[in-house]
Amino acid sequence: MRFVDEFRDADKAHALAAKITALCEPGRRYKLMEVCGGHTHTIYKHGLEDYLPEQITLVHGPGCPVCVIPMGRIDDAMALAAHPDVIMTSFGDMMRVPGSNGSFFDAKAQGTDIRMVYSPLDSLKIARKNPDKRVVFMAIGFETTAPSTAMTVLRAAAEGLENFSIFCNHVTIIPAIKAILDSPDLRLDGFIGPGHVSTVIGCRPYEFIARDYGKPVVVAGFEPLDILQSIYMLMLQLSRGESTVENQYSRVVPWDGNLVALKAIGETMELRPYFEWRGLGFISHSALKVREKYARFDAELLFSVPGVRVADPKACQCGEVLKGVLKPWECKVFGTACTPETPIGTCMVSPEGACAAYYNYGRLTRHRVKEAIQA
Amino acid sequence: MTAEQQSAGWVQQALKVHEDQAREEEARQEQAREEQARQEQAGHAHRGSPQPLPGTVREELVLERIDRARRSRPRVKEERITMSHGAGGKATQTLIEAVFLDGLRNPLLEPLEDAARLRVGEARLALTTDSYVVSPLFFPGGCIGDLAVNGTVNDLATSGATPLYLSAGFILEEGFEVAELTRIVAAMREAAGAAGVQVVTGDTKVVEKGKADGCYINTAGVGVIEHDLDLGVANAQPGDAIIVSGPIGDHGVTIMLARGELDLEADVTSDTAPMNGLVASLLSATPGVRALRDATRGGVATILNEIAKSANVGVLVSENDIPVRAGVRGASELLGIDPMYVACEGRLVAVVHGDQADQALAALRAHPLGGQAAVIGRVTADPPGIVQLKTAFGGTRIVDLLVGDPLPRIC
Repeated sequence: MRFVDEFRDADKAHALAAKITALCEPGRRYKLMEVCGGHTHTIYKHGLEDYLPEQITLVHGPGCPVCVIPMGRIDDAMALAAHPDVIMTSFGDMMRVPGSNGSFFDAKAQGTDIRMVYSPLDSLKIARKNPDKRVVFMAIGFETTAPSTAMTVLRAAAEGLENFSIFCNHVTIIPAIKAILDSPDLRLDGFIGPGHVSTVIGCRPYEFIARDYGKPVVVAGFEPLDILQSIYMLMLQLSRGESTVENQYSRVVPWDGNLVALKAIGETMELRPYFEWRGLGFISHSALKVREKYARFDAELLFSVPGVRVADPKACQCGEVLKGVLKPWECKVFGTACTPETPIGTCMVSPEGACAAYYNYGRLTRHRVKEAIQA
Repeated sequence: MTAEQQSAGWVQQALKVHEDQAREEEARQEQAREEQARQEQAGHAHRGSPQPLPGTVREELVLERIDRARRSRPRVKEERITMSHGAGGKATQTLIEAVFLDGLRNPLLEPLEDAARLRVGEARLALTTDSYVVSPLFFPGGCIGDLAVNGTVNDLATSGATPLYLSAGFILEEGFEVAELTRIVAAMREAAGAAGVQVVTGDTKVVEKGKADGCYINTAGVGVIEHDLDLGVANAQPGDAIIVSGPIGDHGVTIMLARGELDLEADVTSDTAPMNGLVASLLSATPGVRALRDATRGGVATILNEIAKSANVGVLVSENDIPVRAGVRGASELLGIDPMYVACEGRLVAVVHGDQADQALAALRAHPLGGQAAVIGRVTADPPGIVQLKTAFGGTRIVDLLVGDPLPRIC
């Protein structure tokens, strides 16, 4: 298939892997974080770690939009959905994320009207078709999905659609990366920068990582060769003792981002003073809410939500996994109490979650794989 | 009890099970340490102070713990049926094993194959049943009518039986158009003719508007087994070849696109077809066929997992060797789904003695339905119970049972 197979070429991968291995200094260990859950998914789906030398460890970062939603917000969403005249719409990923009252799927099985949509704009169709109902879109995601939510709000405003609102849980990536950089229990050598987020915000916002923290950043695409090449670019910088921001994904990511998308976000949303991230706690100015001008589309103002902070189950170590302190399998409940079918923590829910990716695709140690292949 | 307490309950329960296992493991390790200490005292071994286990060994231990957890008796944790229970993945399997098999257990039901194999007097028969709730009722390449005939014919065929007679039960919604029903029945007649079977008994029920979605069909089928082959996924042995009879995922992707919810178009049609002729030519040419399966809900990946689990073997398949049509691959890439999990309605997976892979392939390819048959991998001894995929990129990953429900109501 064109534009896909070129980025999955095994011969090129072997060549890159050899170059990466050649750049490893003897005895030195490298910890590189892929910030984005999409990268985590690619890494496991294509078995990319098989190409890396033992010295390089990939640490899975917090960039999975579903994984960072705290339980309390899910409970709030469930309370919204429980209103008899509400139709809740949500991305499929969100459906199985457990709150303290179960997940959207559980609520749906008990008769709550929750519908899966592929695009927030589909919620408007539902709102138009059901004028006697109030449609609430569960808006989640980083700057990647925020523009489509913003466009949906703008469209609803232009149409004068009064029975539509959003429950805004959009978060921003930079404060989360900063929280990780400031976290004392983690030493990273460099970052594989998020690709989709960067199509919107561009590469400039990462400059502080290179300048103030001395860590190289390479914004990467989502095909396996993209990631391998980005690792090579990071290793090249590390071998030269440099730290700059580079853009491997230049076929999609403009250096300055997408100004139209940023404008749409800026028009409809503003930063919250603080927001709770699952496992990372409260991070200031790290999330978006609906601007006052569009308050009539803000479900948090239209309905009363409990707004209670709910502590994660004690055994759940999503926080450590999200920060990359623990590998998924090092979590106490990984794979036994917490599995994709009955997830306790969010990292096990979304296919982009580090735990789900590891459980579904990577649940084999590398030497076992090699033995099986050779046999 | 409130809903809140109930759901908190399962988390607590899951954690309790986990802690019990952790305690058992601790006890086992304690025992191992004592054993080692005894041996050391007895002078059998000289070891230094205990070293922390290296990462790979710890990971191995965790993976073993997970394997044990997965082997434990299935339990349905949900309080109510969700769409996942019908998706053909893990939840379906758990429901079948924990509720149906547990409640109705008998030796004929236990193998959970596509059809039950029975002995009546001298005759060996196969019996199967399947319900069809596909939405939309008409789609490129077929409709619920031919699907209902072909699906049951295929379940009989892959059990090694020659399909003979079918029953058809209709559940119709008040207000459903008679003209549509007539078209559906015409499609059934045509499909039955093509498969060489007869629909010999039936039933009709009508429910109030809103209590069903137009038309649901149940078919049951009976066939006769005329050879001495012992077919079953539990027979798979290391060295066996795994073959698919054609490109995978056509039906599921067709249905998904036919719903028109995705604003996506591709040139794909359902592969619904009766496979009894294909199976007959395969079996007559290849005595070394060990198992056949109809790759419907849950797709090829689910069948590979059944092979690995039932026979306690490993399965290693190569992404490059799995035939997938361009339209199916493109749509799957866009939608973020894996064709390995997408349903087919006219494709089988065969486990064949390694030495006879070529002749099996030739037999399949000689039939019009098997022109693109391919060997996609082989059965390995290790690691038991696990399906691995060598990716086109050159890495390796696990192919597990599907969790959740990407494609509701495809058949």
